Amino acid sequence: MTKRFNPDRDVAPYPGPWRRYDILKEGTIAFVVIAILATLLSVLFSSPDAKAITIQQWGTAQPLDFATTAMTELDGTSGTATYGAPYNHNGLGQNFAGFSPAKFVGVHLPIDTAWDFVLHPVSTLPDNPVATGAVKTYLAASAAQQATWNANYENAIAKNGLSFTAGQLVVDPKYGPYGPVSTIISAETSMARSGALDTSLIAGQPFYTTNYTKPLLFLADGTYLAGIAQAEHLTGDQWGVMNEAGNFPGQAWLWLYTAWYQWSPISNSDNADLWVFVLMGVVSAGLLFVPFIPGLRSIPRWTRVYKLIWREHYRGS
Amino acid sequence: MTAEATTPPIDPADADQWSAKVRNAWLENLPPEKLLPDRQPAYVASWIYVFGVATLSALGVVILTGLTLSLAGPAWWHESSIGHFVNSVHLWSVELFFFTMVVHLWGKFFMAAWRGKRALTWMTGCVCFFASIVAGFTGYVSQSNFDAQWISTQAKDGFNSSGLGAFFNALNYGQMLTLHITVLPIAVGIVVLLHVLLVRKKGVVPPFAVAGETPDETTTEVAGA
Repeated sequence: MTKRFNPDRDVAPYPGPWRRYDILKEGTIAFVVIAILATLLSVLFSSPDAKAITIQQWGTAQPLDFATTAMTELDGTSGTATYGAPYNHNGLGQNFAGFSPAKFVGVHLPIDTAWDFVLHPVSTLPDNPVATGAVKTYLAASAAQQATWNANYENAIAKNGLSFTAGQLVVDPKYGPYGPVSTIISAETSMARSGALDTSLIAGQPFYTTNYTKPLLFLADGTYLAGIAQAEHLTGDQWGVMNEAGNFPGQAWLWLYTAWYQWSPISNSDNADLWVFVLMGVVSAGLLFVPFIPGLRSIPRWTRVYKLIWREHYRGS
Repeated sequence: MTAEATTPPIDPADADQWSAKVRNAWLENLPPEKLLPDRQPAYVASWIYVFGVATLSALGVVILTGLTLSLAGPAWWHESSIGHFVNSVHLWSVELFFFTMVVHLWGKFFMAAWRGKRALTWMTGCVCFFASIVAGFTGYVSQSNFDAQWISTQAKDGFNSSGLGAFFNALNYGQMLTLHITVLPIAVGIVVLLHVLLVRKKGVVPPFAVAGETPDETTTEVAGA
């Protein structure tokens, strides 16, 4: 076919010389070199394996932070409780130009934090009629009554009326009454410190399981996990998604994805995640369709970096 | 002594068969001298060309170490020093894979390697890059350690905000692990194979024409097929 020649799209037939080339030999040598290099790097630097954080560890190290978080799960003010889709209907979800894809898709991983994270685990405690009775009392109460107990307990936390003494949570009675809430949160905290809550929160089967959505969301609602991540320079404002614990390169290829979060107005936006998702989609599409985008596909010819790559070819031209 | 059956000559009357069509199409597009060449254009003389084969080699090490890790189960590398070493080689080959792939990608960008009807070669390379990022991510959240906890709890917001989180749950260890060791490696493998076959079919993109050798922009027959 005959059409107008475009140097950014077309090539002329190559009339030049050819040289010997053993593709299998080249591939074999490259594989051996890369395998040796990877082995050498492994011998020198190993790989990180910081142990997973458990809820037991959290409850033991920071019982007040745990109890405070458990309370937000019970009264529906935690990050997960107010998240919206795909977990619940309690949040609007991030939107782009007024459209919320998460809300459009809907709730596919339903989570009721009060029941799933607090009331259900405590209700399963064996040989603890006080705790299980407290759950029954709470569930039998009106929504207004529950709200009053919750608000009183939250007020006690806000006024530093919650302490942890001699292995027990102690809430100052002057901000009460708390109804069964103080018993429930105390039982939940004890459960966490014993390790029983880790098992109880794991979703799905009572024995075999592979889904850690609930315990991970609970952990992420507190400050303990984030505090450790902060110390390891892993938070979002530390370009965290591309990093991993220790001095390892991590997912360096995510640098652009992480970079958007560092720049205003995205860094201050409530819709930052969706903005970054859309921007990365546009950038990726741009990369994918470079061959068809006038201007973009001319950059190689304009920058003349190819002169460096093919300097042997151009020598003497 | 038994006589081996001789292969009958190809009968043009059989050309309408599916098998014959596939064989003929394969030989037409990828004759043996293209698939396993022993000569290449003289302009293919730069260190930048090493990064393509280095990427494939790193992918080979990634797959081999990944298969080794899968033999004894996902907890093996936490409990065994040998397992931990294999994991280390897996990690560093992944780092090498991405490093060489990115250098390869930018090298090809500055060569405008899509010229001469090579757009599909470029696009399959990009898809390979994108699929590898997802494969790498699922690997990071399948580590069953602190890094996996932190990365998954942070990354969920990106997927959730787009609506994908309802189906791609970074907090679901089982889903991430099975995607990481089955669907995604197969997807990457298929796209890489397609990419390599396209490179063999189309050949390596030639340099830009130098001044004075620019083809007639109105009548030149476009080459590259």
